[in-house]
Amino acid sequence: MSDIIVKVKDRDGKLHNLVAPTDMNMNVMELCKAYELPVEGTCGGMAMCASCQCYVLSEHDLPEMQDAEEEMLDQAFYVESNSRLGCQLNLTDKMDGLELELAPESE
Amino acid sequence: MIKTDILIIGAGPVGLFTVFEAGLLKLKCHLIDALPQPGGQCAEIYPKKPIYDIPAYPEVLAGDLITNLEKQIEPFLPGYTLGERADTIEKQEDGSFNVTTNQGTIHNAPVVMIAGGLGSFEPRKPPIPNLPDYEGKGVEYIIKDPEIYRDKKVVISGGGDSALDWSIFLSNVASEVTLVHRRNEFRGALDSVEKVRELSLLGKINLITDAEVKEVHGEDKLSSVLIKHKEKGDIIKETDHLIPLFGLLPKLGPIANWGLEIEKNAIVVNNALDYSTNIPGIYAIGDVNTYPGKLKLILCGFHEATIAVQYAFNKINPNKRYVMKYTTVGGVEGFDGTKKEAKKAAVVSI
Repeated sequence: MSDIIVKVKDRDGKLHNLVAPTDMNMNVMELCKAYELPVEGTCGGMAMCASCQCYVLSEHDLPEMQDAEEEMLDQAFYVESNSRLGCQLNLTDKMDGLELELAPESE
Repeated sequence: MIKTDILIIGAGPVGLFTVFEAGLLKLKCHLIDALPQPGGQCAEIYPKKPIYDIPAYPEVLAGDLITNLEKQIEPFLPGYTLGERADTIEKQEDGSFNVTTNQGTIHNAPVVMIAGGLGSFEPRKPPIPNLPDYEGKGVEYIIKDPEIYRDKKVVISGGGDSALDWSIFLSNVASEVTLVHRRNEFRGALDSVEKVRELSLLGKINLITDAEVKEVHGEDKLSSVLIKHKEKGDIIKETDHLIPLFGLLPKLGPIANWGLEIEKNAIVVNNALDYSTNIPGIYAIGDVNTYPGKLKLILCGFHEATIAVQYAFNKINPNKRYVMKYTTVGGVEGFDGTKKEAKKAAVVSI
């Protein structure tokens, strides 16, 4: 088990290469918070607020969307076909090099 | 006017537990919460979800945690102002505070304890330019009185249960109901989805899916909306009302204007001592506060409440000496006349 790199483009277009541990049961939302990127994670990771919505820019094989995530994205704004909730993306070795962009903040 | 010793803003787990700790010090509490029931997020958002890090509970459902807290504080007869949002605070000449809700209920207390969590739950507003200009002029996020829609044209946007349920209900009230949803699938209860489909076939609900409301227009009040359809392009729809129903989002709300020091949407407190804010007499505990090393955990909020209440006691009773007492030793004496205490060991000689 080793660290992976996740590339996150913030809302100002700045790119951050985040070194992500895969052995801490962490997800993308928590990773962004750990690096103090402007991700609120208001609901704490229950797929209930969409404040960690991001766009997946690379072709990685990501875990399939569960009902809760689909339901939340249904209510969220700025949703695109490549939208995912960061809190539902648990970091795994397969995600090395994953490229993401933070979705705009909604009111 | 409601008078109490400690006025607690927020009836979530931390606010509720404050009543217990205050009760042990003979201080009475009153809670204000914007939600219609106590429990905050635990009751409103995830009552059926388990929590695993409450000490001595290997697992407890959030809803059960609230039920247990309510039972624990019952002897201290807390007062509640529910379904009202604490809007303004005014310092009085005697040093106490008057807190007034959005419905005009006035509360007075020498100490205010803000346990507001992530804030009060407010409707999530879609990112439509000028939308706030039409609030109260045809745009409503919450349906308070369905009668105002009688014989009017209504556009509802959203795909959840409330969008479905209100579309069904208003189809018998309004002259025209249009339901706009981004996808052609609905995630609501099966019954409601079926009913909407049925009403749409009967022409009682104008169902527009794969579409979003993107613009609002009107002179003094709303008169039309622009709906962007994925394939058909722009649709202009004449309407008297637009009701966006996209769930609730917690916001710090009016507390942000109380003159408290705020950092990253949270209230800065002195965690080295008593969780006091920059305004003497106002404390902030639980998820609503921030300090170096802050963790937003219920168990941390319980700790903060316990400490803050000791200092609140000193503030309310400056001349009364008191030291903390173990409940095992002192028992729990309620304001309702009940007393719980450990059984005294009997010494019996043979």
